[in-house]
Amino acid sequence: MTVATALTTSNPGLSLQLVDLSARHPAARSGAAAALRGVSLRVNAGEQVAIIGPSGAGKTTLLQVLACALPPTEGSYTLDDQHPWQLPRRALQTLRGQLFLAPQVPPLPPRQRVVTSVLAGRLPAMGLWASLRSLFYPGDIPAAFQALERFDLAEKLFERVDRLSGGERQRVGLARGLLAPARLWLIDEPLSALDPTRSRQAIATLVEEAQARQLTLVATLHQVDVALSHFPRVVGMRDGQVAFDLPAAQVSREHLTRLYDQYEHELRGEVLVVSDAPSAAPQPVAMHCR
Amino acid sequence: MNTSTLTPFPFGSPPLRDPAWVGRVAWLSVLVVLLWPLTVATEFKPWVLLEADNLRVSAQFISSFWPLAHSSEFLLMVARDTWRTVAMATVGVTLALVIAIPLTLLNTRVLSVSALSGRMARVPFLVRQAVRWLLIVLRSIPELVWALVFVRVVGLGPTAGVLAIALTYGGMLGKVYGEILESSGTQPTETLLRNGSGRLQAFFYGLLPTSAAELTSYTVYRWECAIRSSVVLGFVGAGGLGQQLDNSMKMFNGGEVASMLLVFVALVALADRVSAGLRKALG
Repeated sequence: MTVATALTTSNPGLSLQLVDLSARHPAARSGAAAALRGVSLRVNAGEQVAIIGPSGAGKTTLLQVLACALPPTEGSYTLDDQHPWQLPRRALQTLRGQLFLAPQVPPLPPRQRVVTSVLAGRLPAMGLWASLRSLFYPGDIPAAFQALERFDLAEKLFERVDRLSGGERQRVGLARGLLAPARLWLIDEPLSALDPTRSRQAIATLVEEAQARQLTLVATLHQVDVALSHFPRVVGMRDGQVAFDLPAAQVSREHLTRLYDQYEHELRGEVLVVSDAPSAAPQPVAMHCR
Repeated sequence: MNTSTLTPFPFGSPPLRDPAWVGRVAWLSVLVVLLWPLTVATEFKPWVLLEADNLRVSAQFISSFWPLAHSSEFLLMVARDTWRTVAMATVGVTLALVIAIPLTLLNTRVLSVSALSGRMARVPFLVRQAVRWLLIVLRSIPELVWALVFVRVVGLGPTAGVLAIALTYGGMLGKVYGEILESSGTQPTETLLRNGSGRLQAFFYGLLPTSAAELTSYTVYRWECAIRSSVVLGFVGAGGLGQQLDNSMKMFNGGEVASMLLVFVALVALADRVSAGLRKALG
C-alpha cells in the first residue's frame, strides 16, 4: 500500500519553524502590503496541517516560503534547526531535494508521458546518468504504476500528459510526490480541478501516505470541510497573518465565519467551478521565424 | 444606460477629427524621410532593370538556361558535388551543435538555480554575460569571412567551408535555442529545480520535452540555410556544388547553371519535408 517506503522509512519528516516572518512577492509593487506579515508557526516532524483562508490571504506565499522558493524579508525560517537562506547554494539545493512542493497548476510538460512525469519526482535522488537512462527506458515502471494507482490513474501510465484532463493532470502531479525522496510535502490547492468525490479520495491518500511515512505535510485548501475532516490541525490565514491555529475539532462555526467575513461564497465552496472535462486537442507548435 | 446621465460634450457638437490622426501622419512622414537616404545609399533604381539593353542581356542569360545540361558526365559530376555539399552542410551543422548546445545550457536563465529566488548571483551572471558575448562574436562574423580565413589555413576544399559554417551557425543556434527555451513554458523546469533537481536533470525532464519540436524544426531549417550557404562558400573555393556553379556562371553555361539550381530547389524541398515530418512526430 505504500509506495517507495524503502526510501523514506528511515527518514522521518522535517520540522519547521517560522518566527515573526514577513515576505513579499517578487513581482509585487513596492507600495503594496507584504503578502505575509509577522507569521509565527511551528510544525513538528510528522505533523499534517491544513491551511485555509479566503483568496489573497497569503496561503500560496506561505508555501513558497516553506519550500525555500521565496526568501523572507523579515523574521526567520528554520527547517530542522537549519537556516536555509544562510546555507551555501549547493547545500540549499540539497535541502530542497528533501522538500516536495506541488504547485496548484501541475508542472507537467504537455508532450511528456505520464510515466516520465511521475518518475521525475525521484530526480533529486538520482544521478544524471541514471536520470538519462530513465528517459530512454523508464527506470521503475512498477513504482510509477503504484503511485498512479493510488490516484486511480494506473491506466494512464503511458499516455501523454496533453491527452489528460485538468483533474487527471493534477492527480499526476500528486502521484509524483509519492515518488519524491521528500521529508516535507507542501501541496498547494491540490483539489482545485477535482470533483468532490475525487477531492476526498486524493486528500485521504495524501494524508494516509504522509502518516504511514511519518512525513510532515502542509497543504493549502479551499475546501474547508475537507480540511476539517481529514487534517488533525488547521491553520486559518487572513490578510497575510495567522487568524487561528487549532486542532480541527476545536474550529468552530464562529471561527470560520470570521475568517471568511465578506468572502462567504468561498466558504460555501462556490469557487469550485473548474470542470473535469477532457482538455482540447494539443496546442499546435508555434513556429519561430528567424 | 440612461443617455441623459451622460455629461454633454463641452463644445456641444461631436469632435470633427480623430485626435490620433496627427500622430499617425507624423510617424508615417518620419518613416518616409528616414527611408529615403537608405534608398539613395543603396542606389536603389529598379527602373534600370527595364532599360532595353539590360532587358536584352537578362533575356539572353535566362534563355540560355534551356536546354538543361544533362550529359551523363555532367550529371555524375553534379551528383558527386551534391553529395559533397550535403556532407559539408551536415558536418558543419553537427559541429555547430557541438558548439551551441553547451553554450545554450550555460546561457539559459531558466536553468539558473540562484535566479529561482530573486536576483541571479554574481558569478553565474558574469558567466552568462560572457557566453552571450561569445555567441555575438561567433555569429557577427559572416561565414564567408571565416571561410576566407580557413581557406588560407587549411587550403582549398570543403574543410574550410565546414569550419566556417560550424562557427557562424554555432553562434546563431546558441542564440535562438536560448530564446526558444526561455519563451517556452518554464513552470515545469522551475518546479523541478525548486524540488532539488540538478540543472541538467531539469533540462532533460522539463525544458527539452516542452520545446523539442521547436528546437528540431529550427535545426532542420538551419541545415537548409547551411546548404544555401555552402554554395556561396563554394564561390571562394570551399568546394561542392557552389564551386561548379561558379565555374559554369563564369563560362556563361546557362544549361549547367539551371540544372544545378534545380538540384538546390530539390534539396530545400527535401529539408522542408523532413522538418514537417519531424514536427509531426514530436508535436
